[in-house]
Amino acid sequence: MAKKDKDTQEIQFTPSGTSILTNGKIQKSTELPSPTRKKHKSLGLSEEDLVAMFEQMYLQRRFEERAMQMYQKGKFGGFLHLYMGQEAISTGTVFALNDDDDIITAYRDHGWGLVRGVSPKEGMAELYGKVTGCSRGKGGSMHFANVEEHFWGGHGIVGGSIPLGGGIAFANKYKQNGRVTASFMGDGAVDQGVLHETMNMAQNWGLPCIFAIENNGYAMGTAVHRHSVGELVDRAKGYGMKSAVINGMDVFTVYEKMKEIAEDIRENSNPWLLEIRTYRYRGHSMSDPMKYRTKEELKEYEKLDPVERIKQYLLDNDIIDEGKVEEIQDDIEDRVMEAIDFAEESDFPEKSDLYKDVFVEDDYPFHT
Amino acid sequence: MAELQFREAIRAAIDEEMAQDEDIFVMGEEVAEYDGAYKVTEGLLDKYGPKRLIDTPIAELGFSGIGVGAAMNGLRPIIEFMTFNFAVLAADQIINHASKIRYMTGGQVEIPIVFRGPNASAGQLSATHSVAYDAMYAHFPGMKVIYTSEPEDAKGLLKSAIRDPNPVLFMESEQMYGLKGEVSDEEDFTIPIGKAKVKREGSDVTVVAHGKMYHVATQAAKQLEKEGVDIEIIDPRTVKPLDLETIIKSIKKTNRCVIVDEAHPFGGLAAEVGYLIQREAFDYLDAPVQRVTLPDTSAPFAKNLFDEWLPDAADVIEAVNTVTYRK
Ligand SMILES: Cc1ncc(C[n+]2csc(CCOP(=O)(O)OP(=O)(O)O)c2C)c(N)n1
Ligand SMILES: [Mg+2]
Repeated sequence: MAKKDKDTQEIQFTPSGTSILTNGKIQKSTELPSPTRKKHKSLGLSEEDLVAMFEQMYLQRRFEERAMQMYQKGKFGGFLHLYMGQEAISTGTVFALNDDDDIITAYRDHGWGLVRGVSPKEGMAELYGKVTGCSRGKGGSMHFANVEEHFWGGHGIVGGSIPLGGGIAFANKYKQNGRVTASFMGDGAVDQGVLHETMNMAQNWGLPCIFAIENNGYAMGTAVHRHSVGELVDRAKGYGMKSAVINGMDVFTVYEKMKEIAEDIRENSNPWLLEIRTYRYRGHSMSDPMKYRTKEELKEYEKLDPVERIKQYLLDNDIIDEGKVEEIQDDIEDRVMEAIDFAEESDFPEKSDLYKDVFVEDDYPFHT
Repeated sequence: MAELQFREAIRAAIDEEMAQDEDIFVMGEEVAEYDGAYKVTEGLLDKYGPKRLIDTPIAELGFSGIGVGAAMNGLRPIIEFMTFNFAVLAADQIINHASKIRYMTGGQVEIPIVFRGPNASAGQLSATHSVAYDAMYAHFPGMKVIYTSEPEDAKGLLKSAIRDPNPVLFMESEQMYGLKGEVSDEEDFTIPIGKAKVKREGSDVTVVAHGKMYHVATQAAKQLEKEGVDIEIIDPRTVKPLDLETIIKSIKKTNRCVIVDEAHPFGGLAAEVGYLIQREAFDYLDAPVQRVTLPDTSAPFAKNLFDEWLPDAADVIEAVNTVTYRK
């Protein structure tokens, strides 16, 4: 017979960690693996590619900084989950994959839209809920999409996009079209049962899919080691799935690994689980007091800023000079400001749009 | 009487019950260290410790099922959903398990569990975050469903829900958490499950409205009063079991009825109440029962479309005009 433990005070189910309950010393929520040592040439990137990468990353950053200001001015409502700090992931991935490879993500999706062909104008207009937005004002911040360019959208239900990515990959294999799918999720989504169901089928059926975790250290206010046991990447072991953990603050590293994985998938038609460690600079959404992390931790990661990092690389390697950097930044600033004007001047959807796109047919007899 | 915010009333109910019964615990996303996504459980971790305030991963199916199992085995879980829109992922445990296990085991098990959290829409959050689920769960036998509109009802009914030996779904609204109201400070104040309340007496038209829609109905009633139309508002408070008697009694007086429901029109509470009224009070009706609901579309993001989508006082007034043949 087991002894009865009378001392109930000692029972604690969820571990506490880097949070208001502890001492506030810098305790990183994620350990970053080292970035790749390779320079751009050995990665097969041209100088033009590098400049384009920088432009793209700076665009994502500036777009969101301005969007945040507009939100704070009350220009639009809803949630606004900012991607700042994670731009190396969207950019490295899209540069590594083919243009017809498929991408699907969760709701922290502005950067993904911008790098996959949503113009700043269409993006900003979507935030404003205007009919000129990429999802015609129906989706808002969480539902950027550009299906024509194989970006299947942001999705607001945590974990919901994981099997969708699997299904897109299933169709690609079915049609034998050689396309690779990247199904992105947050660290929090790893805890949803659907990940495990999907990984099992994906491995058993050899789906050409990258299940990629953007581990930014937190699911809302819960540090990763408080919500998930062990290392996230180890989920792959139970399914015999190929896997890797990489540094997500460095665009070269993301590019290198994504390229390697995509090649392997095209050759062998098997899925991968990729954990990409990164950090989100802003709160979860716009109303987050951020008591669960320390300012020091945030500062540590800001020192590793992915946008600054590629800019510095361009300067250090004399690819472009300060003058050119400024020119690029000014140009992007102009584009973002034009996007804001465009969003403000655009029309809201027509009232009748309420009933549009519920079904494919436009004469559906709606219930009243 | 004390004036409390909606969230404070809910917190007080949980706190008072937890203080009396060690088997009660709260489990859900961000309920403990973050003090609740909407600050409903603020301070309870400090008071009751991490054994009884449990932060879960984003795993609605898993933690709901753990709650059901714990309830079967003698505990009294309060499971918080960040919104019932995410409880869809837990629907298997709620519908297939919590509501049916007692029946299937011939009464061998009790499942005293409360699933609670905000229901329906909370502004421009687009389609997946805006659905009213009360009538959907009420469809299934074996669960009680409550969706309250005011702090006092919330406190009294949540206490009853926690004490109830059955699964109870208790629904709130993100947009009402800051709403203030008088709450009885009578010791151990409870409100029985299954009792509607006549919240405004009137002689011309009965308006049935619960949850957030109760406040829309109130606005309409104030406007209509200026136009000389006297509205009686009944807040069912409990969706299931439904207090039909109170509704029918009112209709026998006013002979006209409008139901305001924040769900889609097909098969919602409005559909059910409309049917019951024609069955129980057909001969008393001077006009067909009207309903105000969401349209048969998902929630759009754009502000103008969202405002069009959500029922408002003007929609209620129009329905009242129809049943009174005012235009
Ligand atoms: C099924 C479901 N449960 C809960 C939520 C509420 N919610 C939105 S985002 C979020 C945290 C997700 O964290 P993570 O997956 O790490 O992504 P991140 O926000 O860090 O990008 C939660 C709990 C939701 N949208 N869907
Ligand atoms: Mg995260």
